[in-house]
Amino acid sequence: MIRELTCVACPLGCAITVDYNDTEVLSVTGNTCKRGDAYARTEIVNPTRSLATTVKVNGGVHPVVPVRSNKPIPKKMMFECMKTINSVSVDAPVEIGQVIIQDILGTGADIIAANYD
Amino acid sequence: MVYDVAIIGAGVIGALTARELSRFQLHIALLEAENDVAMGATKANSGIVHAGFDALPGTLKAKFNVKGTAMMPEYCKELNVPYKNNGSLVVAFSEEEIEELKSLYERGLQNNVAGMELLSRDELFALEPNLAPEACGALLAKTAGIVCPYELTIAAAENAVTNGAEFKRNCRVEGIEKEEEVFVLHTTQGDIRTRYVVNAAGTHSDQIAAMIGDDSVKIKARSGEYFILDKSVGDVVTHTIFQCPTELGKGVLVSPTVDGNILIGPTATETEDRDNTATTLAGLNNVKVLAAKSCKVVSTRSAITSFAGLRAHAESNDFVIGPSKADSKFINAAGIESPGLSSAPAIAKYIAYIITNDYTDVAPNENFVAERKDVFRFRNASDEERQEAIDRNPAYGRIICRCESVTEGEIIDAIRAPAGARDVDGVKRRTRAGMGRCQGGFCGSKVVEILARELGKEINEITKFGNGSNILFEKTK
Amino acid sequence: MINYDLVVIGGGPAGMAAALKAKECGVGSILILERAETLGGILEQCIHTGFGLHYFGEELSGPEYAERFIKELKTTDIQVKCDTMALDISENNVVTAVNKTDGLLKIQAKAVILAMGCRERPRGALEMAGTRASGIMTAGTAQKYVNIDGYMPGKEVVILGSGDIGLIMARRMTLEGAKVKVVCEIMPYSGGLTRNIVQCLDDFDIPLRLSTTVIETHGKDRLEGVTIAKVDEKLQPIKGTEEYIPCDTLMLSVGLIPENELTKNVGIEMDRVTNGAVVDEMRQTDHKGIFACGNVLHVHDLVDYVTLESQLAGQGAAEYILNKQPKETVYVSTTTGTGVRYLVPQRVNIKNPNDVKLYFRVGRIFKNAKVVLECDGKVISSKKKVKLAPGEMENVIIPADVLASMNESGVICVRVEE
Repeated sequence: MIRELTCVACPLGCAITVDYNDTEVLSVTGNTCKRGDAYARTEIVNPTRSLATTVKVNGGVHPVVPVRSNKPIPKKMMFECMKTINSVSVDAPVEIGQVIIQDILGTGADIIAANYD
Repeated sequence: MVYDVAIIGAGVIGALTARELSRFQLHIALLEAENDVAMGATKANSGIVHAGFDALPGTLKAKFNVKGTAMMPEYCKELNVPYKNNGSLVVAFSEEEIEELKSLYERGLQNNVAGMELLSRDELFALEPNLAPEACGALLAKTAGIVCPYELTIAAAENAVTNGAEFKRNCRVEGIEKEEEVFVLHTTQGDIRTRYVVNAAGTHSDQIAAMIGDDSVKIKARSGEYFILDKSVGDVVTHTIFQCPTELGKGVLVSPTVDGNILIGPTATETEDRDNTATTLAGLNNVKVLAAKSCKVVSTRSAITSFAGLRAHAESNDFVIGPSKADSKFINAAGIESPGLSSAPAIAKYIAYIITNDYTDVAPNENFVAERKDVFRFRNASDEERQEAIDRNPAYGRIICRCESVTEGEIIDAIRAPAGARDVDGVKRRTRAGMGRCQGGFCGSKVVEILARELGKEINEITKFGNGSNILFEKTK
Repeated sequence: MINYDLVVIGGGPAGMAAALKAKECGVGSILILERAETLGGILEQCIHTGFGLHYFGEELSGPEYAERFIKELKTTDIQVKCDTMALDISENNVVTAVNKTDGLLKIQAKAVILAMGCRERPRGALEMAGTRASGIMTAGTAQKYVNIDGYMPGKEVVILGSGDIGLIMARRMTLEGAKVKVVCEIMPYSGGLTRNIVQCLDDFDIPLRLSTTVIETHGKDRLEGVTIAKVDEKLQPIKGTEEYIPCDTLMLSVGLIPENELTKNVGIEMDRVTNGAVVDEMRQTDHKGIFACGNVLHVHDLVDYVTLESQLAGQGAAEYILNKQPKETVYVSTTTGTGVRYLVPQRVNIKNPNDVKLYFRVGRIFKNAKVVLECDGKVISSKKKVKLAPGEMENVIIPADVLASMNESGVICVRVEE
């Protein structure tokens, strides 16, 4: 089977063609870097995305602080992860890079603070 | 308590009338259905102080226009509102229109308009070089000017409140009863008792009159659409440029505003919905085409915003001013369409005269102060004035709206002023924050924050223009 | 009057990178003026990731990208005044600014770097009829409300314009539980990065309607709906294609305009296409000692390029202050050939001893095309491109030796060949 993808690994947005069957990816073409190859393979098997949102801060300068996943999480778990993130809050002061939720929903990704507050 | 006078409608007529009445020892209530003053016909019109040659001789329009226009400079000075005597030109584009100019000139003489002059093509282009080359003559009216209609109203309401009048917002009159000598107004803020009523309810004035059984007022709302052009268009014209009038009004004009923008419009379309201020593609398109007839270089590509205003047109084609036939203590000021703004000072004075003349034992208000307190405007101030203001109040050193150079101090002043701002549009009208080329993209959220802080509210309680126009929903988390 | 060698106006990514580079190049006293309460500029509200891949080789969020520079600034003696608005620059580089604590400030600078960024095009500039209901806002304003203030600006959203902020906000609103009904784009192509269409729209099944615009807004108090319509080649709405879409919010992502009021007031020569100043390869304007970089010069697609460009401006300003500019200046103009909408810089000093990178954007989508650089009529390079899109910035390098051999009355031209 052939699938046309637009790589989201970086802003270049290469047009990638993937040839695959039920068991494996046969070939990846059109990518200009290794990350593109890796992206295409994951995208066929188990697409993943970075997640960026905010989390509630108690006693901070702002009511919320930006957070992100430190590695991509499965695309299909995006909304479940949002639910989990929305159910927690963090006390100020918040440090950039501080782990807010470790290994969110067993994805292996941590949710970390992306700014100070 | 029983008020002496309740004025229904805080447009330019209502606010100026409240101010006139506050010269006397009277309990005055200025009632407004919306969240702010100047929310109806006053909010969105051309802002022209007409010379007075348009109205047919003998009409109330003719009578009040010339008087009001003469009063305007002093009123604006007292109220600290910008006014500019820039003069107007009715431009002819054909020989037939030249003839029409002559009849306008004659009519002006009958209406006692001073300072008119018929101009040749050369004389016209010496004054306004950027007009379309087809222009072949004009009627110059030197007494005409420009004023900002809502600034005048805001200032008048503020001054009236300073002098003792009460301003009640979100106070919609839903019914009127008479108990002996006292009117009982059933409003959305409860009952209000008053000896006199002034009906200055704009496009709703016939509905208000009908509440006491007065069916002499018949109003049709007419919508007019406009564009405001960026200040970078500059002084492409310095006079207010009219075309020859048509049945529906004075046609599309091209005019500078007191704030240095160029205004083009309006159209004239009757609308069933008396509060309908939606613009239409057809209407806006019409403005463009018609304005280009006067001045080809005016391009709507430099438009920063468009809007529509409403005019309260009386079927009688004239103002309806004076005691109602149904009740002499109920004073109508209805059907106030163009030249309503020009006439407003004279109408207000006349209504105050009717009431105080009718009233037994009315003493002058000895504490009346005609001058509205100076308003600090960072953008107009010199460096020394700016430094002095910041020394006095550091909030004058924090620019919130960068397009119009409006400081936090000015916004706070606008909120704390008598009859002050309660919503984002109210701040905008009082300070120009959000009125520049970015249209509030940068300062909008800051204005919301300042309003919330000053009014002791959450930011999602802050509205654009009152009831239901909230800007934000609930917290994200 | 206070004296500084260099005043940088704007403390976003451009201003910070320029100031740091100038410091590195040996400039003594440097002052950054920032109108917001904190450094970082628009990055502070851009909480999505994708920043820094080129420059740091990492995928960071906006605040993290900014933080790297803020941290570095703290290790220097560069002065920063936040919550401070620059009001004016005089003929002889006196900057007037104002804030709450200092009042009016007059700062004599040897050189000035303009790094004020850009603003969003508002509704008024569009031909959209209808009411003035609340709920119509730029995507950037909505982004601030959600990401900084923590409030939902809407529940049922239509987005007009497929610029990157619009696409990013489509995803952001969806993640926070809003329903994004459609993204309309008046052009036949998106103005945003392809990756954003994939991961912000496609991932969430949000439809993108090309050649479609919003022609009317409805609702008296809060927005209740919009009418959208298809447009023809002249971008005019086609009768009969109108469609009503109920929504409580309309977000506009219809273009960014460099914020050049200060620049224009000094009388600096402007480029009508970029809406930024005309500059040379070190980003110096026609006003000696005034430099410009970042989105105030031309709207960039990636912050990484802003950083690189701003370092050039910082270096240029340093050379100017320290009298290290090339002894001779012979300007050659860069001209846009077929398919190229603009070029930055607009002129190049051929006495500059280094390679010069020209940034440009194309006017429409090209597939399997070539980017051709010509100097003095000779083809210097011809680079194959699978795809060129207006939403993405491209660049081409003039090698130093080519520049050195150029005619004093020569021309540099970049064009697209299909």
